[in-house]
Amino acid sequence: MLDVRGLKKVYEGSGRRVEAVRDLTFTVDAGELVCLVGPSGCGKTTLLKCMSGLLTPTSGEVLLGGRPVTGPPPGMAFVFQEYGRSLFPWMRVRDNVELPLKQKKLTTSRRRELVADALESVGLSDAAGAYPWQLSGGMQQRVAIARALAYEPDVLLMDEPFAAVDAQTRADLEDLVRGLWQQRGITILFVTHDIDEAVYLGERVLILSASPTVVQEQLKVDLPTERDQLHTRVAPRFAELRTHVYEQIQAAKRGRPADLEDAKDMKADAPPGAP
Amino acid sequence: MKAENALLGTAGLAGFLVLCEAVPRLGIVSEDYFPPVTRIADALVTEFGDQAFWTALGDTLTGWGLGLVIAVTAGILAGVVISVVPFLRETTASTIEFLRPIPSVALIPLAVLLYGTELQSVLLLVVYASFWQVLIQTMYGVQDVDPVAMETARSYGLGTWARVRHVLWPTALPYVMTGVRLAAAVALILAVTAELVIGAPGLGRRIAVAQSSQAVPEMYALVVVTGVLGLLINVGARTVERRALAWHQSVRGEVAV
Amino acid sequence: MKRLALQLFFVLALPLLLVTAWWFASDGSTDVYWPPLRTILTTFPDVWTGEQLRADVLPSLLRLLAGYAAAAVVGVALGTVIGSYRRVRAVCEPVLEFLRAVPPPVLVPVIILFAGIGDTMKIAVIASGCVWPILLNTVEGVRAVDSVMTETARSYGITGAARLRHVVLRSASPQIFAGLRQALSIGIILMVISEMFAASNGLGFTIVQFQRNFAIPDMWTGILLLGLLGFVLSVLFRLAERRALGWYHGLRDTSRRSS
Repeated sequence: MLDVRGLKKVYEGSGRRVEAVRDLTFTVDAGELVCLVGPSGCGKTTLLKCMSGLLTPTSGEVLLGGRPVTGPPPGMAFVFQEYGRSLFPWMRVRDNVELPLKQKKLTTSRRRELVADALESVGLSDAAGAYPWQLSGGMQQRVAIARALAYEPDVLLMDEPFAAVDAQTRADLEDLVRGLWQQRGITILFVTHDIDEAVYLGERVLILSASPTVVQEQLKVDLPTERDQLHTRVAPRFAELRTHVYEQIQAAKRGRPADLEDAKDMKADAPPGAP
Repeated sequence: MKAENALLGTAGLAGFLVLCEAVPRLGIVSEDYFPPVTRIADALVTEFGDQAFWTALGDTLTGWGLGLVIAVTAGILAGVVISVVPFLRETTASTIEFLRPIPSVALIPLAVLLYGTELQSVLLLVVYASFWQVLIQTMYGVQDVDPVAMETARSYGLGTWARVRHVLWPTALPYVMTGVRLAAAVALILAVTAELVIGAPGLGRRIAVAQSSQAVPEMYALVVVTGVLGLLINVGARTVERRALAWHQSVRGEVAV
Repeated sequence: MKRLALQLFFVLALPLLLVTAWWFASDGSTDVYWPPLRTILTTFPDVWTGEQLRADVLPSLLRLLAGYAAAAVVGVALGTVIGSYRRVRAVCEPVLEFLRAVPPPVLVPVIILFAGIGDTMKIAVIASGCVWPILLNTVEGVRAVDSVMTETARSYGITGAARLRHVVLRSASPQIFAGLRQALSIGIILMVISEMFAASNGLGFTIVQFQRNFAIPDMWTGILLLGLLGFVLSVLFRLAERRALGWYHGLRDTSRRSS
């Protein structure tokens, strides 16, 4: 469904050259829910923006359903971390969800149907006439998710969507995403810096290294499909998986000496568990 | 990027000048109405050699500066007093809302009758127009003072004056500076208007004289001088604002009032 | 009920006090320049009859409207173009900074050269003075469109006219309105002085006529009318702004409360 091949992104500007993503190759199958974790500042957002066609990679390519992504493809929806800046404050919730559909040449009745259905799915039917800024942070992110759902994407990219909401709301939203994934069979790529979240949500977890970024490890999450906050999080297998991911990320943060160009970091203790 | 912007800006300016030279030369617009840049520049050089020009410039700057100082002083004092005393704030609100939008040019006939072409005419218009800018921004700034900060200061036993000095003033300052910047621009507009329409001595009157005596290049040269003056005032006010607020974590945007 | 009465007191107390003070201070005044308020108020309906309003106030207002509307259209259109492209902005910036800094009233003699002293001149004067604050504020507003909003629009395929209409202009609208408000007060100033300079009708012209003929109470009624006009226009503007920017004020109040 989604192929990333040899992706590399280098930012160049004002005499500085920053290699954000070095060489990334992975695939996401149709209907899969994959979580991407990595140390902070490892280029997760850059990767996602390259995948969504918002940024052009320096080299390598992204294929969606076998076709290279050159601009934002119609079958893809993006949920940003900054819900407050991603929803348009001058539009009511209903209009925010509807706006992308207006570009799709649908009939008015079909648009209304999609909007109502999407808001229903995220439990916000009552808030359709409100302005986004009248809602709590968690509800705003629900609106952003509803907008993505109404767009009927094949692939949903989510960039640390719950990083700015409180812990309880976050748990609710995680269950919402799992539920929607199961009901609708969308392919979801979920980026997060929260290890527990990645393991809880994902069918597979991709662990990225520190910048310049490569894929450190791919991990299959062999937890049951039916998950809930109460039981899944205390299951022994969950603990094992999260410990493993945690170790991998610690290793990634210290970095493999061969990958480091910066002499100062070389002095750091040799990572005992590093591959 | 900065160097590139400067380069593009210079190119834009050069292009503008070339355009202003070419349009009349090519006869697209008659030279009688719109003389080429080079002739305007000639007229400008002649002006610079004329003592009367410098006197006029001095007159304009006097009216502008004096009016601005009066307006700023009065605006800040009135603004702080009105917004610190809740009773005054409530009672003056409607009056301010009514007086503020009254166009200061409505006072022109009155100024003519009372002061003729004297400096006071200019001052009346300049002060009336710029006073409101300072007043409104000052009031806005004082109202923005964090009540918690005020309470904290009070709980540490700071007196009224110390509270104004250390809590109220620093919070209001960014707004006050914005008000002063806006007032400086408005003051120039009104100073020139008074000279142009009433005939008080200054650049405005010189422009009116040049127009009535068909000295078109001279008129354009003087218009350019007023533009440069406005530019210097804008840039100067912005620089002062930035200097004075360098310590401030967030140099605030303009208040929509 | 008591709250309402108190509010009414706060709104009316000072204006009433001031008017009363004026009334009594000027009553029996023999100073020609400061006629009694009584005289001014009794003169008012005699001077500003329906016919006079139609002959003088209406043309002034129509010219203001025409010039202001032209400035708004040109300012927003040009501002959107300049604000959307960094390079265009860099090229235009110094020239715009200069043109904006020219005090608008000095344009009156310049435009008289081109357009004579008719209506065209006055509309052109008003338009050329009003256009700068609108243009520059639009540039600023369009430039400052939030990057996440821009990316959201792009990722959902909102491009072209839809992007301009639903995202860029809406997002810049608070700034555009700030420009429109500045332009309104400049427009009124220019309306008046373009008529004082050269005209055969209009509010500015009539007031200056009164002053030259030493019809002092009549002149005072003109000043009052002009003041009233400024006030009414600003109220109308505020109503329009409240309608268009309701979301913005709500958003601002919300973020202020939570911070």
